[in-house]
Amino acid sequence: MHIEREFRGEGPGGRQVLSYYVYEAPVRLWHWVNALAIVVLAVTGYFIGKPLPSMGGEASDHYVMGTIRFAHFAAAYVFVFGFIGRIYWAFVGNHHARQLFILPFWDKAWWGEVFFELRWYLFLEPKPKKYIGHNPLAQLSMFFAFTLGATFLIVTGLALYGEGAQAGHWTHTLFTSWVIPLFGQSQDVHTWHRLAMWAFVVFVMIHVYAAIREDIMSRQSLISTMVSGHRMFKD
Amino acid sequence: MTETFYDVLRRQGISRRSFMKFCSLTATSLGLAPAFAPKIAHALENKPRTPVIWLHGLECTCCSESFIRSAHPLAKDVVLSMLSLDYDDTLMAAAGHQAEAILDEIKKKYKGNYILAVEGNPPLNEDGMFCFQGGKPFVEKLKYMAADCKAIIAWGSCASWGCVQAAKPNPTRATPVHKVITDKPVIKVPGCPPIAEVMTGVVTYMLTFERLPELDRQGRPKMFYGQRIHDKCYRRPHFDAGQFVEGWDDEAARRGYCLYKMGCKGPTTYNACSTTRWNGGVSFPIQSGHGCIGCSEDGFWDKGSFYDRITDIKQFGIESNADKVGMAVAGGVGAAIAAHAAVTALSRAKVKQGNASQEQKQGE
Ligand code: HEM
Ligand code: HEM
Ligand code: SF4
Repeated sequence: MHIEREFRGEGPGGRQVLSYYVYEAPVRLWHWVNALAIVVLAVTGYFIGKPLPSMGGEASDHYVMGTIRFAHFAAAYVFVFGFIGRIYWAFVGNHHARQLFILPFWDKAWWGEVFFELRWYLFLEPKPKKYIGHNPLAQLSMFFAFTLGATFLIVTGLALYGEGAQAGHWTHTLFTSWVIPLFGQSQDVHTWHRLAMWAFVVFVMIHVYAAIREDIMSRQSLISTMVSGHRMFKD
Repeated sequence: MTETFYDVLRRQGISRRSFMKFCSLTATSLGLAPAFAPKIAHALENKPRTPVIWLHGLECTCCSESFIRSAHPLAKDVVLSMLSLDYDDTLMAAAGHQAEAILDEIKKKYKGNYILAVEGNPPLNEDGMFCFQGGKPFVEKLKYMAADCKAIIAWGSCASWGCVQAAKPNPTRATPVHKVITDKPVIKVPGCPPIAEVMTGVVTYMLTFERLPELDRQGRPKMFYGQRIHDKCYRRPHFDAGQFVEGWDDEAARRGYCLYKMGCKGPTTYNACSTTRWNGGVSFPIQSGHGCIGCSEDGFWDKGSFYDRITDIKQFGIESNADKVGMAVAGGVGAAIAAHAAVTALSRAKVKQGNASQEQKQGE
């Protein structure tokens, strides 16, 4: 494991502060762009299924649904290519860049840490542990909710997109052609795509809460780490 | 000399002029260049007639009803002359043993060369006893006739997907044709019923070109099922503008706005209704003010209400849909987060208090 120790100094109250560089710039940039894209996708996606109140007048005066769908597709492309870029970075980036994709599934000690974290969140442990990268429980939930969830949303989303783009478009050839038969019919793909959105909403709620809570409660920095890349330990 | 299609047509009293009209009409409806009309004519004049056997399983005969109402009387006459001569128990004159004997005869005489058109599907429960014909379960008749056919046309949603008799809980285990006959090409022409022009188009294509039309992965002819209703709907500008009917009697309904919010399944339904329309191009459901119910899609009876855009998910309870499930879970998680935050604040306050009193003690 390659960890660059960059800074060792005095914190407030004469305590020693350690800082490690964990999240490289591409990971941080991706995190925030991705978060923004997902907010746009969830909001526009919600209104695609349950449109806003009807507009009056001439059809040529408005393009409400068209604009909402355009925003969804534009954000979708950012999301898709961002995710592909993030996968690329897992290969060339540091150890922490891989945590989102690979779980140390066979590592007993790691599972022990997962349960430790679970107990910490259930108020059964008095003191949190320190982690340079993601804490194991966060890694586990990010893998299942985010990595798998994002893959599912991308596959079903591109399949739906290919329906409109029609035969011949790459999304139709690569996705629509097998995803629609796999689910049975288009309506089912819509339903599952929408359910996956709700799964994502729940993930983001928990994720943001946990990030803010741990930032306050734990012995390390979190939100500033996703901004600057440096993990600071408070004691 | 073997009989050609043209011989049969002339015998049926169809004039040469009508025949030529039919050829150009067919070329157009198949999306072929005008130059193909003479080719179709030539084929029909010279090729030995391919017999078509039309079987009826569990069905309501709406496919046949649609078929004999083919917009262009010409098309109907022509294609019917090709078909009914052989076997179609609803349309043919022969009955009883006489009729059933035709099956054996065709099976022998045209081994590997006849087309089997199946309307409806075989129920498999109780050894197929739910559909009984000529003293045998229909499934046996189907397998018997399928064994020597060239290809099968699965007429309508029954034969293609199962349709209403296969809707949950499917008491008779009505099963679509492709799940029973697995060793022959099955061309699905779904719809409840399918559009008449689509039906005649598929038959004519197969008879004249002697090959299957190009099929998509689910076995439907691409030329008729390649696009969704929504892709060619004349109300689409209202959809893009965000102009929706919100009640059957509102101003928007009178103005003919998009029926998306009334549960229109046009965006998820592959069929040709919005291009060919029905009853000779007069209208189609959306044009008459009602959303598409998605009758040509797999399992459309089991996808919840015809009037909801976001449809039910049976696994989560009868009346549940993605939004209800999602909002319930998100609400639950939100409440849990709030409670968790409150407990966190409390225990933190306690720890602080503890620390403070410790510091106090140390200070003393
Ligand atoms: C975080 C990721 C995403 C979320 C939360 C999301 C959410 C949604 C929701 C809720 C719907 C409405 C479903 C319905 O009720 O019919 C929808 C529709 C759709 N989404 Fe996504 N989506 C995401 C990613 C994508 C991606 C990557 C694509 C790929 C291009 C995509 C393409 C589509 C398409 C084509 C539709 C159907 C639009 C229509 O029917 O007019 N989505 N999305
Ligand atoms: C749509 C919204 C969001 C999504 C989908 C999302 C997703 C993710 C993912 C996938 C990671 C792992 C990054 C990696 O390993 O490459 C991550 C990390 C992180 N996110 Fe978010 N995020 C979102 C919003 C936020 C917000 C609003 C905050 C701030 C309050 C936040 C704070 C963090 C922090 C602090 C980490 C690093 C955790 C650690 O150091 O272990 N995220 N997020
Ligand atoms: S009426 Fe139906 S098919 Fe037509 S544009 Fe609206 S949703 Fe699409």
